[in-house]
Amino acid sequence: MVRINGENLDVVGKSVAEYLNSSGYDLMRVAVELNGDIVPKAQYSDTIFKDGDSVEVVSFVGGG
Amino acid sequence: MWGVADMIPSKEEWIQALDDRHGIEFQKKISSTTVAVCGLGGLGSNIAISLARAGIGKLILIDFDKVDITNLHRQQYKANQIGMCKTEALQNNLKEINPYLETKIHTICLDESNAKDVLADADIICEAFDNAEAKANIVNFVLSEMPNKYIVAASGMAGLDSANLIKTRKVSKRFYLCGDEVSDIKDGIGLVSTRVMLCAAHQAHTVLRIIAEEYEV
Repeated sequence: MVRINGENLDVVGKSVAEYLNSSGYDLMRVAVELNGDIVPKAQYSDTIFKDGDSVEVVSFVGGG
Repeated sequence: MWGVADMIPSKEEWIQALDDRHGIEFQKKISSTTVAVCGLGGLGSNIAISLARAGIGKLILIDFDKVDITNLHRQQYKANQIGMCKTEALQNNLKEINPYLETKIHTICLDESNAKDVLADADIICEAFDNAEAKANIVNFVLSEMPNKYIVAASGMAGLDSANLIKTRKVSKRFYLCGDEVSDIKDGIGLVSTRVMLCAAHQAHTVLRIIAEEYEV
């Protein structure tokens, strides 16, 4: 299991890019932290979720 | 002569008043901190004024835009500043509030080509853009390329929803996020000044808490 934004999800083996795309995120508007470290956008396709990973996806909305 | 406009306090009087308010130790930390404010709209202009009043050491102020009449309902500019660069207008307004504040202005579009130089001296960076992609870009850049700095970002402060939904979340060790995370400028009635100011106050308060080494929210 992978804990994403506080929820346990069965996405072990999926890449960050696959998860974001399948969950409807706009990749231009997100920041992703894996076990407390930022995942650079260039590594979304090569970063594969492992069992026990903890992930935070922040999706920005406009306004300021 | 109470009320005479050109009688401003001396630097010593200014520092003494802040020391009395915050305590000498905390004030010393505040006045030795440099904060970058990325975007000088409703969030950034309010963050800058809060930190200037708190006696922050130095502000790095970044915006490419000019003051527009549509800004005045929520941004800390004046009617006679319409058409001025926001960097210069805000620098003037901040100097009126705190004549001893050190500022550095950059009238540029902050991006990956210039961010490392512009933000180099900052201890804490406030993301205060209005565009969602620009928000994501600067947060990703700082966390990837400048891992020793703190970033305090904002997402979700549009509309007239409850003030109590605006909150601060610690996403990771050096990344704080203020706002309700959902209220988009493109939904509903757009930005309402009070809710934007609440979010800006969350960001400025988070900066002061980081300075005080109070890292939890």
